[in-house]
Amino acid sequence: MRKVAVIGAGMTKFRHRMLETGRELSFEASRAALDSARMDIKNVDSVVLGSAPDAFDGLHMKGEYLLDGAGGSGKPYTRVYVGGGTGVFIPAAAWWHVASGVSDVVLAVGEEKMSPLQPHPQYAFWSIFDQFLERPLGVTLLWIFSLEMRRYMSVYGIKEEDIALVAVKNKGNAMDHPSAQLPMRITVDDVMKSEPICTPVKRLDVSPTSDGAAALVLASEDVARKYTDDPVWITGVGWNVDTTFWTNRDLCYPEYVEKAAMMAYKMAGISNPGKEIDFAEVYDPFDYKELHHMEGLQLAKRGEAPKMTREGVTQRDGDLPINPSGGLLGVGNPIAAAGVMKVAELFWQLRGEAGRRQVKKPVHRGLAQAWGDLMQVGTVVIMER
Amino acid sequence: MGRSHAGRNCGDYGEVMGMENPSEPPGTALTPDEWRGKEIFFRNFHTKFTYSWDTGVAIGHFLEALKGGKIVGRSCSGCNRVLVPPRMFCELCFRPTDDWIDVLDTGVVNTFSISYVNNDASRREQPLFVAVINIDGASPGMGFLHLLGEVDAGQIHVGMKVRAKWKPAHERTGAITDISYFKPSEGL
Repeated sequence: MRKVAVIGAGMTKFRHRMLETGRELSFEASRAALDSARMDIKNVDSVVLGSAPDAFDGLHMKGEYLLDGAGGSGKPYTRVYVGGGTGVFIPAAAWWHVASGVSDVVLAVGEEKMSPLQPHPQYAFWSIFDQFLERPLGVTLLWIFSLEMRRYMSVYGIKEEDIALVAVKNKGNAMDHPSAQLPMRITVDDVMKSEPICTPVKRLDVSPTSDGAAALVLASEDVARKYTDDPVWITGVGWNVDTTFWTNRDLCYPEYVEKAAMMAYKMAGISNPGKEIDFAEVYDPFDYKELHHMEGLQLAKRGEAPKMTREGVTQRDGDLPINPSGGLLGVGNPIAAAGVMKVAELFWQLRGEAGRRQVKKPVHRGLAQAWGDLMQVGTVVIMER
Repeated sequence: MGRSHAGRNCGDYGEVMGMENPSEPPGTALTPDEWRGKEIFFRNFHTKFTYSWDTGVAIGHFLEALKGGKIVGRSCSGCNRVLVPPRMFCELCFRPTDDWIDVLDTGVVNTFSISYVNNDASRREQPLFVAVINIDGASPGMGFLHLLGEVDAGQIHVGMKVRAKWKPAHERTGAITDISYFKPSEGL
């Protein structure tokens, strides 16, 4: 396999509702990523785009709708989709284009425009559930998160207050992100007193729905070295999808995230992730998910991520900074774009370009992870400089 | 529209993201006033699709059993599991499953939530109690999503033993809702 570098990244603002169409947002992010790589669309061999359910936009053939904005017209073009895991799967799919030798330069684009669906984007998620066993009960996406959070708390004896610390940290980190939708200085008490949605999930445990786009430029080694003296390398990718019968799995632990991580760790030659990963952008659509995923990624022992959080290990100045960007909880959650944002944050952090978001310790290796579908998919990218 | 376009011409974006005082990333956020006041053009659309889904071999039989007041699973002799919900093939052994097994209409609360929202994110007037129930007679950890009833919110707990509350036979239609909810099966 060939070495694969990331040489550019860009993103739009993330907001609840944007003026631009999804196609326009895709263009803005793609153009920004190309500008940062000092490239033009003529340098791009192929394009990989990701976007989550078509039901948000009410446009089937969404990949084709977004094609022109993502720079894909007249090129080998692929839309990938694994629910919420899509954002980190996009660079993984772009990686195999370059690693295999099929393409030298790939534009990787994540787009989401959730706001069109009325009265609330949440409604679209109804259509992901089993039509015989689950929809007749009135199921919402919030149910499965609350059921998983309860199971996680119950099995490991975790308190809601400890989980709330993640929301406090990530929304605080987002104060330094120029694209952020929900940067906030809040306290554990604010989270605990926020409106209950589906217990134990409360309003401030949840990331917002968003519009936005983010993009990356991936290149083969010889091309990367022409454009930059200092490429950032993708050294590991992994993905895994567990059974769709989610009521047959113990939700306390995401085995599919572990399997995705192990695939990436093996590729990157990592045997002790807790020591060898310097920082991570872990998927955090809900605050407990950051903890759950740290454990799946082997960055914490089972049930011990809350303790690390309480001790400050996961702060930007801690030993293992988690979500220095502000994550989905703070920057926003335009689903596929949010995952690409996490990989873009690895790029900026590894290059020392994250400004006020820059983690305190020197960093050489970072991990980004996303998760989705019916609590069944893990996607992982490891980058090094 | 009278708004400047916060687009790509605002500098070298890759470096912008890292500067101490970054300029605006591209994209134009709409304010609630602009949105609600319709100061920009919107095109509204409403559609309705109607589906008629075959319930399939496995779930069709499961629903037929519910209509008769029973819960059934499928056994796999490859991994010795009793699968609930049933399927005609085992996803682990990747072979056809073997036999229909009557399981019990009792189980244990694996996890639960009290939902204050509907599926369009609007607030419910009365909260709904939802749970994953591990079904007795199925393999450990196997069960399905359902509702809880005849119980106070504060009494629900992980590990609570429950029993199906069936609709009267003449009201059953071969649907998951032939079970109205699960209720505590012994003293709380």
